[in-house]
Amino acid sequence: MTYIAKPKFHHPGLKKNELGYTHRDYEGKISTLCAGCGHDSITASIIEACYELSIEPHRVAKISGIGCSSKTPDYFLGNSHGFNSVHGRMPSVLTGANLANRELIYLGVSGDGDSASIGFGQFAHSIRRGVNMTYIVENNGVYGLTKGQFSATADRGSKSKKGVTNTDNAIDLVAIALQLGATFVARSFSGDKDQLVPLIAAAIRHKGASFIDVISPCIAFNNHAGSTKSFDYVREHNDAVNRLDVLVGRDPISVDYAPGTVQVVEQHDGSRLALRKLDADYDPHDRLGAMTFLQKHAAKGQIVTGLLYVDPDAEDLHTHLNTVETPLNTLDEQALCPGSAALDKINASLR
Amino acid sequence: MSVKSPISSVNDFVVRFANVNGSGSASANELFARAILRHGVPVSPRNIFPSNIQGLPTWYEVRVTEAGHLGARGGVDMMVAMNPQTWDKDVAGIEPGGYLFYDSTKPIPSSKFRNDITVIGVPLTAITNSTYTDPRQRQLFKNIIYLGALCALLDMDPKLIEQLIGEQYKGKEKLLSSNVHALHLGRDWALQNLKCPIGLQVKKSDRVGDRIFIEGNSAAALGAVYGGATVCAWYPITPSSSVAEAFTSHCKKFRHDPETGKAKYAIVQGEDELASIGIVIGASWNGARAFTATSGPGISLMTEFIGLSYFAEIPAVIMNIQRAGPSTGMPTRTQQCDIIACAYASHGDTKHVLLFPEDPAEAFEFAAACFDLAERLQTTIFLMLDLDIGMNHRLCRPLKWDDARQYDRGKVMTAEMLEEGRDFGRYLDVDGDGIPFRTYPGTHPTKGSYFTRGTSRDRYARYSEEGAVYADNMQRLVRKFETAQDMVPRPLQANAGKPTKYGVIYFGSTAPAMDEAIGILEARGHHLDRMRIRAFPFHSSVASFVADHDFVYVVEQNRDAQLRQLIVNENGIDPVRLVPILHYDGAPITARFIANAIGDHQDHLKVTPLRKAVS
Repeated sequence: MTYIAKPKFHHPGLKKNELGYTHRDYEGKISTLCAGCGHDSITASIIEACYELSIEPHRVAKISGIGCSSKTPDYFLGNSHGFNSVHGRMPSVLTGANLANRELIYLGVSGDGDSASIGFGQFAHSIRRGVNMTYIVENNGVYGLTKGQFSATADRGSKSKKGVTNTDNAIDLVAIALQLGATFVARSFSGDKDQLVPLIAAAIRHKGASFIDVISPCIAFNNHAGSTKSFDYVREHNDAVNRLDVLVGRDPISVDYAPGTVQVVEQHDGSRLALRKLDADYDPHDRLGAMTFLQKHAAKGQIVTGLLYVDPDAEDLHTHLNTVETPLNTLDEQALCPGSAALDKINASLR
Repeated sequence: MSVKSPISSVNDFVVRFANVNGSGSASANELFARAILRHGVPVSPRNIFPSNIQGLPTWYEVRVTEAGHLGARGGVDMMVAMNPQTWDKDVAGIEPGGYLFYDSTKPIPSSKFRNDITVIGVPLTAITNSTYTDPRQRQLFKNIIYLGALCALLDMDPKLIEQLIGEQYKGKEKLLSSNVHALHLGRDWALQNLKCPIGLQVKKSDRVGDRIFIEGNSAAALGAVYGGATVCAWYPITPSSSVAEAFTSHCKKFRHDPETGKAKYAIVQGEDELASIGIVIGASWNGARAFTATSGPGISLMTEFIGLSYFAEIPAVIMNIQRAGPSTGMPTRTQQCDIIACAYASHGDTKHVLLFPEDPAEAFEFAAACFDLAERLQTTIFLMLDLDIGMNHRLCRPLKWDDARQYDRGKVMTAEMLEEGRDFGRYLDVDGDGIPFRTYPGTHPTKGSYFTRGTSRDRYARYSEEGAVYADNMQRLVRKFETAQDMVPRPLQANAGKPTKYGVIYFGSTAPAMDEAIGILEARGHHLDRMRIRAFPFHSSVASFVADHDFVYVVEQNRDAQLRQLIVNENGIDPVRLVPILHYDGAPITARFIANAIGDHQDHLKVTPLRKAVS
């Protein structure tokens, strides 16, 4: 990490988005993670995605658990409220926050220890409830802050920095998310910003449970030979099934695409996802197909990345609960309290 | 069979029904209790049930009490023995001179009876089987038939029971008439074949007044509706589940937009108690009023989050319907055993606000108050109910609501205040009361955002591991807790008729038994000043009450004298001055128990005054 404070001034000619915000308006405090950490690249991608979507920075709520990844919400969207909660419990805190105010954008940031070990249950249940959120796991297969223990996403047979071989089977969060009904599922690599930024943007625009597993190598404890989460290993084994462009507003679809190579998916909010197919057989609308595809490629040691599944007509928890459009946190006595006349009737019925 | 002076009592006796769990007896038994209320005679019923769905023994006890003693009394004057499994124990439990009511269809050897009680046999199965063929009907109507027989035996007005059945089955004529028919089958048989009435009788009175009959859990849930709770997250656990279930049904009635039909609430059944409290904290952080209901094991699971709520200062309301612990303990038995666990829940230095309602009416009031307190104090507020209040119908004053009342949303800095240039430090003590301002997420594009964390930070919510910064914050939290002292419900004090050197402190569901015990003790010549504690942190009057008396009894329903420990610890009181009176077998405390325990101690004092012995 650097200890030099970030200067407040910026170039007057810095590009502005539709709302007039510059890139800098989406930044946060200076990162305290190790130099070269994959997580900082994800932070940069989140900033980029929010800038490009012209989101009002303060309309995002950033919620995380505990761990290196969970520290990162302090490093982006400095004008948003953030909540670094309890280890493994980001999903429940996010669910509650979402119930209180359905109008904000909820960004859940977690790690592999946070989501696949201590918080596996909360991860699973927030997905099955269909909470409208973007759930990003910054997955490095290792516990960084406690210095290099395996996490539950570490592949069986991979080696720790100290040379210990992992004998436990790995949890593939993407496979679980698919099985539990997530309506937007993607995997990416922190070292591939071109792939990651549009995936984050598309996930934010998706109304439902969006899950992105981002392989994010740990420079300090999991970037050695024998690791399956190192920069080298992921680059060599990355099997991207598609590339994505997110089109919002009236942007015409770029004419650069060769005919037949692009599939356009229109999401519920009107945003369009232009998918450039890299694997001709891959269909991101086929949940079962995606699950099989993942398993087959995992068996070959390949890491499948890209937009793996999307249901453009997804529903969310608020739809299931049939809640009012007005955020619950703005309802007052008038709206909530039945009053003394109703209470008199209740009393009468209890005699 | 010889009978030794059968008990003769009007409007003052205890009837206990021994049934098999799952046999449908609960509604008939409740009908019995309500019918007595309709005679204008107070009753206090209690469910004594197993942690089981079907098959194990269950009891329903109805204390008929014209004098209005709503605590458990102890002892049984009439046993309605419908469960062969518990026959011997049930028969043995009848007071000498009491009555045994049983199904005489099959002969029972005389050795199974006692000769100092009145035995009343009604061939319930025979009557039922000759009238009904459907097995389920036979089972259900057998219960109504014994109710009919009791109606004759206790000289109750059958019209009042018919009226209740009419209200219950309004619009379901077939069910209504068949229930009324069954009632008369039993009543007519008793009138024709037995000497009616017996020594125990119900006579019309006017002692119920405008009081209502409600379970504490339902009242607390209603308090949450009135108090503006919009988010409820819970995990099923006895004896708290009926809080969330009642909240759901109250919300269905009162919280749907009349035009759109949409819900002005969100209820989530969590995957566990961790998720439940997490959802509550997330929702409260985001400005909604949120609560969970649980019991001891759930509290244990929630403690990490409770510490976060304390330290990061996020409102939360937890209703703890206490049951006997530790571990799984006795899930269907009552205790007041989580006082310490809740007061100091979580690692590190923590303290939490607890409210102790005495009955459903107070459960309603305090539940609503919890949300104001949670938002004002920005911390967890515990509503400390127990199974005795929560899961039993209790006669209590009608629920009241002042329509002019506004929710106290606490110190929330708005976009307008931020625009005016108000200095916002999330943990800045601007008013000297230890309570900082907070902002809701999404308030302002450039001002008022902050990062919430369970790690230490400075007054402006910036991460810090500086010792002085940490200590400054911890001291402010102490100031905030001191502020809480004057916001929570105050203790209620009642002085003895005569000046006395002795006092008694009690709280929660002990109240009705304590009130009754005072009368018994006075009759024995023991006079005690009373203080009912209603909240923690303790008001300063608690310490003065102790100081004003030589000895103060602390009556509670746990083994370790937890409230006493808390009083000693928080006020620096000499433990010798506080005499523990402890009841913890899982049954509700009784006036007889309290009066005996305190009376014995007082008698002992008269022999060797403790004051001299210790001075």
